Amino acid sequence: MLELQNLKKVFEEHVAVAGLSFALEKGEVLGFLGQNGAGKSTTMRMIAGVLEPDAGDAIVAGHSITTERRAAQSKIGYLPEGAPLYRDMTPLTFLRFMADAHDLQRGDRKNAVDRVIADARIGDVTGQQIASLSKGYRRRVGLAAALIHDPPVLLLDEPTDGLDPIQKRAVRALVARMAPEKAILISTHTLDEVPAMCSRVIVVDKGRIVADETPDTLAKSKPGGLEEAFIDLADSREAQRC
Amino acid sequence: MLGVDWHGLITGIRAAWRREISAYFATPLAYVFVSIFLLVLGIFTWDLSRFFDTGAADLGPFFYWHPWLFMLFMPALAMRLWAEEASQGTSELLLSLPVSLSGLVIGKLLAAWTVAAIALVLTFPWWITVNILGPADNPAIALTYFVSLIMAGGYLAIGAAVSALTRSAVLAFVIGVLVAFILTAAGWPLVSGAIASALGPAAGDAVAQFSFVTHFETAQRGVLELRGLFFFFGFIALCVALNTLFISHRRGGAQ
Repeated sequence: MLELQNLKKVFEEHVAVAGLSFALEKGEVLGFLGQNGAGKSTTMRMIAGVLEPDAGDAIVAGHSITTERRAAQSKIGYLPEGAPLYRDMTPLTFLRFMADAHDLQRGDRKNAVDRVIADARIGDVTGQQIASLSKGYRRRVGLAAALIHDPPVLLLDEPTDGLDPIQKRAVRALVARMAPEKAILISTHTLDEVPAMCSRVIVVDKGRIVADETPDTLAKSKPGGLEEAFIDLADSREAQRC
Repeated sequence: MLGVDWHGLITGIRAAWRREISAYFATPLAYVFVSIFLLVLGIFTWDLSRFFDTGAADLGPFFYWHPWLFMLFMPALAMRLWAEEASQGTSELLLSLPVSLSGLVIGKLLAAWTVAAIALVLTFPWWITVNILGPADNPAIALTYFVSLIMAGGYLAIGAAVSALTRSAVLAFVIGVLVAFILTAAGWPLVSGAIASALGPAAGDAVAQFSFVTHFETAQRGVLELRGLFFFFGFIALCVALNTLFISHRRGGAQ
């Protein structure tokens, strides 16, 4: 469903992504871990077609992001880091805009908007201006927008950041419901969530894959569990000093 | 045809136009813009051009100010189109959509152009007034309105393209006004005359041909010149192409 082929990105002198390759199948939920600046968001941006790779490719549901960008993008639901939204719109008008941009037909559009409003549990705020919503609600509106065209591949960049425990649980439940039908790539800093949400984990450091395991295997690789394994793999000098 | 993905283009235009129209009217922006534009245009026409002292039933004093006011107002209308996307991070959302970038650029421009058209339509009391004052040349007035609207698109295209270069809407406005001023003043007799006396009449004429004022003055005389239309539409197409290029550059990593 999603295949990365030696994906690379360099910003001036800094190598952000140094040739990532992996495949993600339908039904998999992949936790994409790494410390800040490890290349997670840059990788997601390249898969989503927001950034052009310097080399390599990402194949999304059979479409190359470099040569068939729009076809590949139509198969992706993307929640960017921080869930940027148009603050002057309401969730309802924003979701209609996203449905327009995905060229959903009039009848399908209403059904799609109703479906994602229910899935993201934002029914009680659809008429409020996005600027007035809490961070948690904004994140859920962003998630609803990513789901509007029912894509087979989901890229969620820190989907639970800023959510309270109840909202986090709701997002985890939503991911679990969608998982059998989609390939889902989730970037997160919250290691506790990984076993609950993900069937597989990739840890990146300096733009390279340093681990590709199940959460359980990774957690058992160190006496301190997942956190210790992550710190060890991410080679964080700052963390090791603590 | 020519490898253009018309479907992606139309989808992009429609989505961006609806989004921007909603943004203009969801906030006081469009209302404030239209109100101040009408007020300033009224003051300039009434007071500075002494509209009622001319004794003629024509809108010359009214149309005279259009390029000069558009030079200030259109960059103000367009300044946020792309700068705000960059500053609020929503350009990442836009760039992830399966639509044509040119479609988004054209859709945003058309939305700003729609607001400008509404402002122009609301100047209709001036047209009614000259008809009350005497027999007016209505086809010539309609033609001048039409070319004025096209010219507004040219000024907006400058503002939109400049807006794609920066994250600051204020900076986009300042640079937009500067570029618009050059393209306006080039046709001003004071400037073209100075260039002609310094570099020769041919140079003065050549510079004047790149001015919005030169082509708009022809329309004000009631003459529809294809050359003028080609100039404005060609200029808009150039700005749209540059705007698309600036936005696609963000895909390379530049913000």
